[in-house]
Amino acid sequence: MNRIEIKNLTKYYGKTLALDDVSLALEAGKIYGVLGRNGAGKTTLLNLLTDKISPSSGAVHVDGKPVAGNDEVLGKIYYMMEKNLFPPAMRVQECFRWTQVFYPGFEMPYALELARKFGLNTRKKVKELSTGYLSIFKAICALSSNASILLFDEPVLGLDANHRHLLYRELLERFSQTGSTMLISTHLIEEVSSVLEETIVLKAGKVILFQNVEELLASAYMVYGEATNVDRFLDSRKGMGEESMGKFKSAIVLQRLAEKDIQELSELDLESGKVELQKLFIALTNG
Amino acid sequence: MHIDVKSEQPLFLQVARAIEDDILKRSFEEEEQVMSTTEISVRFQINPATAAKGVNLLVQEGILYKKRGVGMFVSPGAREKVLEKRREEFSQGFFRKMLQEAKKLGISKQELVKMIEGSDGQ
Repeated sequence: MNRIEIKNLTKYYGKTLALDDVSLALEAGKIYGVLGRNGAGKTTLLNLLTDKISPSSGAVHVDGKPVAGNDEVLGKIYYMMEKNLFPPAMRVQECFRWTQVFYPGFEMPYALELARKFGLNTRKKVKELSTGYLSIFKAICALSSNASILLFDEPVLGLDANHRHLLYRELLERFSQTGSTMLISTHLIEEVSSVLEETIVLKAGKVILFQNVEELLASAYMVYGEATNVDRFLDSRKGMGEESMGKFKSAIVLQRLAEKDIQELSELDLESGKVELQKLFIALTNG
Repeated sequence: MHIDVKSEQPLFLQVARAIEDDILKRSFEEEEQVMSTTEISVRFQINPATAAKGVNLLVQEGILYKKRGVGMFVSPGAREKVLEKRREEFSQGFFRKMLQEAKKLGISKQELVKMIEGSDGQ
């Protein structure tokens, strides 16, 4: 269970439109990526999902029940916010205990094991943690909470490459065990790409893409070669994210690579290749 | 087992191929249990649904079979099946590409044959 239904969600901050009529149905037991440039509405969406803020219009339901003012439903969701909400003078281990008060399913042994794996000193006060360790600490709270819906807002902020790798592995392991629905919002797209099943791309408060990652990557390709030939190839197709390097050019084509495309590519002496999610994202969200 | 996120191939195909490679190398013998989708997912940092898609592909081809509640096992005769499939792929894909590349570089057939003979045992 734990299906999330987002219906016609709109949020204004004063006169600024932060989220514009967003409707999404998120299935249980999948890992979703919420991608978007700064100010696209990612955090606003996550805040609305957890009733931290009220929508201007529209609603969020989990298994048919509205989240607004509903503690029973909100108790199923753990939200790792980018902001720190723990008292700065509190020690990590105390924070774990307090999290257990609000999330009775919190698994203390697992939290301590993760702390050990990441080298997080649980006797430290929250204010003494570096940006990276603050992220690790918050992510550990989320993973250990045992909530059936986990929302991560920039979970790898300030983490070095080794810790990012470790975090994604632990997250996948936990996901396999619990089957929790996970939403991950991050700017480090290429790294998270393989971890995601579905991707939601926001631009200026609107959902411009909601698709299975693997299908998305299979339904686009890159072409490279001499600029004049690339242009000729793109005459009958829609190219995006074009990049020139001297007399050469590359572009993304949002179409499945068909036999006739391969034929034409070889006639024009062009090469084709896989598109990375990050490149696709940049092309989709530019301008 | 090796998976490269940057590779041209879709990840689920790489998962299937990596398991096939292990069967060819006899890292997994017939009737032996292979890695679970969770293990594949965690080890290679890929979504479990992607890992499962790769494994299921091999189940469909009869290379792996599922023992309910236990896991995935290598089917009897799987190695032979993989060999046959990959030999076909070799002549249709790899070998053809090599010929095309050789043509592009102006390498003649005789030179190619010489190279092959010269690389004996390597």
